[in-house]
Amino acid sequence: MADVQPLLETKEVCKTYRTADRAGRLVLDHIDFALKEGEIVAILGKSGSGKSTFLRVLAGLTPQSEGRVMYRGAPVIAPITGVAMVFQSFALFPWLTVLGNVELGLEAQGVPRDERRKRAIAAIDLIGLDGYESAYPKELSGGMRQRVGFARALVVNPDVLLLDEPFSALDVLTAETLRGDLADLWTARRVPTKGIVFVSHNIEEAVEMSDRVIVFSSDPGRIRAELPVPLPRPRDHENATFRKIVDDVYAQITIQPGREPGKRGAPTQAIGIAYRLPPASIQQLMALLDTLTAAPFNGRADLPHLAEELTLSVDDLFPLIETLQLMGLAQVGGGDIEATSAGRALAEADMQKRKQVFGEHLLRSVPLIAHIRRVLDERPGHTAPSGRFLSELEDHLSEEDASEVFETVVNWARYAELFAYDYDSGVLSLENP
Amino acid sequence: MAQRWGLPVVAWPMRLRPNFWDLVALPLVFGFIALVSWAGQKMSVPYVGGQQIEISLDPWKLPEYGVRTVMRMGIALGVSLVFSLAYAALAAKSKRAEKLLIPVLDILQSVPILGFLSITVTGFIALFPGSLLGYECAAIFAIFTSQAWNMTFSLYQSFLGVPQDLREAARMYHLSPWASFWQLEVPYAIPQLVWNMMMSMSGGWFFVVASEAITVADQNTTLPGIGSYIALASKEGNIAAVGWAILAMLAFILIYDQLLFRPLLAWSQRFKVEAITEGEGERAWFLTMLQRAGFFQFIAWIGEQVGDLWSRMVHRGKPEPIKIAFYERHSERINVALDWAWNVVLAALAVFALYEVITFVSSELGLGEIWRVFLLAVATFIRVSVLIALASLIWVPVGVWIGLRPPIAHRAQPIVQFLAAFPANLFFPIFVSAIRDYHLNVEIWLSILMILGAQWYILFNVIAGTLALPTDYAYVASNLGVSRWLWWRRLILPGIFPAYITGAITASGGAWNASIVSEVAQWGDDKFVATGVGAYIAEWTATGDFPRIVLGIAMLSLFVLTFNRLFWRRLYTLAEERLRLD
Repeated sequence: MADVQPLLETKEVCKTYRTADRAGRLVLDHIDFALKEGEIVAILGKSGSGKSTFLRVLAGLTPQSEGRVMYRGAPVIAPITGVAMVFQSFALFPWLTVLGNVELGLEAQGVPRDERRKRAIAAIDLIGLDGYESAYPKELSGGMRQRVGFARALVVNPDVLLLDEPFSALDVLTAETLRGDLADLWTARRVPTKGIVFVSHNIEEAVEMSDRVIVFSSDPGRIRAELPVPLPRPRDHENATFRKIVDDVYAQITIQPGREPGKRGAPTQAIGIAYRLPPASIQQLMALLDTLTAAPFNGRADLPHLAEELTLSVDDLFPLIETLQLMGLAQVGGGDIEATSAGRALAEADMQKRKQVFGEHLLRSVPLIAHIRRVLDERPGHTAPSGRFLSELEDHLSEEDASEVFETVVNWARYAELFAYDYDSGVLSLENP
Repeated sequence: MAQRWGLPVVAWPMRLRPNFWDLVALPLVFGFIALVSWAGQKMSVPYVGGQQIEISLDPWKLPEYGVRTVMRMGIALGVSLVFSLAYAALAAKSKRAEKLLIPVLDILQSVPILGFLSITVTGFIALFPGSLLGYECAAIFAIFTSQAWNMTFSLYQSFLGVPQDLREAARMYHLSPWASFWQLEVPYAIPQLVWNMMMSMSGGWFFVVASEAITVADQNTTLPGIGSYIALASKEGNIAAVGWAILAMLAFILIYDQLLFRPLLAWSQRFKVEAITEGEGERAWFLTMLQRAGFFQFIAWIGEQVGDLWSRMVHRGKPEPIKIAFYERHSERINVALDWAWNVVLAALAVFALYEVITFVSSELGLGEIWRVFLLAVATFIRVSVLIALASLIWVPVGVWIGLRPPIAHRAQPIVQFLAAFPANLFFPIFVSAIRDYHLNVEIWLSILMILGAQWYILFNVIAGTLALPTDYAYVASNLGVSRWLWWRRLILPGIFPAYITGAITASGGAWNASIVSEVAQWGDDKFVATGVGAYIAEWTATGDFPRIVLGIAMLSLFVLTFNRLFWRRLYTLAEERLRLD
């Protein structure tokens, strides 16, 4: 078979961000990726998996640290004219009208005024915005704004469209309509675009839209799995194959670090002090555990169903699930989640008891918390400055991630009354006011 | 249909046809052009240093003086705008330039405007020998120094704050750096910039007297203008003339407001990123005229044509080629080395400048003089601190009171702005006669002049801060039955703290700057001098003793810088981190 040249291709792409100790933190680790003509590829992963960074590397917005990015066989070093992007936050210029925003790219390319207007109006009509030409973005609803984002991208007749979580800032209904409209344009070949890469955190959305789902693992971002979606469009969410793929994707995403896929119940590999703890809120954690152990799930649930029941998106759900896993409160495998006996016990406890049990789990399974507690115990005044632990974290994590992890730890420890933290002075202590 | 003979029909778009608004637009435009050329001619008349320019206290001369003063301020504002754009863009785009430009700006901001005038005036005069233009330039430069810095800071802050996603969109859609500067960065900065321009204008008015009196080597030149008029009126003790000057100033501030700032404010609304709250979307008749009159539409149309022509020239023979090339890897090591080299150069420059100042000052003056000036600066420092504290005690409650009543607050804005523009000299008659008649303490009562212009910044910011407080807070407080004192301590004071700090920083800077014009007050034959570095600078400027002027200015700048770094900057960081509302 003759090798068809991919539209966009990456070879061994790595991306490292500099950290405080100059060691650098690896965000993308040897990514080999190719977008072929006529396909839509979805990239899924937890937050922190570097999926947005990868999209920016593809776009030529961020230079990769190693490896090559190629557009139709030629290296990419800056945004190229054949590639357009749609942003999660819409990124419209608030001082330009809808028409002005759509014309922007054409103006930059030096398209003459009359032609510019004609093409912009055609794109606006295509995406269903006719009548809104003279409106300013702030007069529009979120869904309408994102339509402007799409019109702005489509008007330059891009070869490749990059979508950065384009529907995640929209409400469910609006997102569904917009997705449907986009799928119609694509299947009816009403746009010249030959390939789409889109980043998402919504598994159903990814399976609905794409021909291929790529799952990124976190820390560093690697391609963990590729799942083809061989279903004709429009796709029915209740179709058995569809459900099967959704389950598979859930299974891939929830694989724990250090655990081989497939082996259910294998012992959790110990995590280090500087593990990037998921930013899970205690309230949501407890709600999840309660829902899981109560009817109708009774301790065991299909992840997609659980997500639906709790109306949580993947970005909200996965940190919670990871935390439960870390602390041995639940086990995940094959797209299912099951509460462990410890998890059931915690769910049955009353408020005070919960705090105590939760604290015991924290000390046992979160090395950072055990470490802080040990230091505080040993010190004569039972106090320690937060800077000390932060700088330990910053040896391994970026400054931003380090403070996020620290915040999470303080949050959990405060709930379990393991130690106190004074925001003003930045001092950790054992006394509880 | 029968063929008719007639004139060929030119495609003349509807929007270019003359309409009612042109009746207003055309006289205004031509009147403006005539006025500018008249004043321009007056500005460049032949003049030799030492020659006396007659200033008359006849109120009928005031319109003429006013036009000339306003013209200077307008030019200075334009120059400030260009300067700010270039300076801020450079500082925001280049990390290396930033390291030099931002501290320099910090210092420039702390140098009193009179300082700039006495140091640069000879250069300007040499530029245009035998013409008044050199003196005019010096005056314009002095006004420029009272306007430019805060505009530059605001632009710099705005440029840094441009949202990342908009930057990415601009790059993704291939806006050139030039295009993205004008289409993204400048529009994003406009609301804050317009606000600062208004503040700058008030600052310019405050120093209008100082800027129009130019002293070179014992020769006084007073340029015709409202400032000189006020100066002469205070010297002669003519209270009626002061009244006329106030009236004229009010009129000119109102005209500026109507023709420039109202339209600018209304127009800048559209550049705000967040949605407009109703009621704020003010209409300005002048802006409506600009947007509707066929004449201006025609000008805009010509602009578009020129722009298209330019774009066609730039993009000739393309579609833009796909930007592909081999990836150029900047060596990390070379970058680090360059950074180091640059730091060394900067440090050397700083040491050299310090050395120059020290040798220059110490060649003429001894350590004793430096110590004396230091003590004078301490006196001024105490004065400024006490005044800021007093002004806060008075204006914070007033500001909160007004801020809790939005209808009053919206009307208060132009009034406060006018009050801020009031030159200190206008109050000389009141203070000098009171001090003379009641034998009051000069050190205390002259100090009040310092805060006259500056205090309004506190009021202004407190009003804005109170307006921004979410109403929920007030509901919660009244729901919990919070007592009066607790309400202040727990709700209002923390809530308005960031806004108050911003206002107090500006006010403190203003008070330092005003010390030069307010520590010496003259009304008729009565002259009172307070102890302070401001009076020191003012007196030696009048005599033209260069080393002493430089010493005084350097000392004052040093104090302002230290005070800002050690005190205000820290409070500001605290406010940013702890008491932000979001």
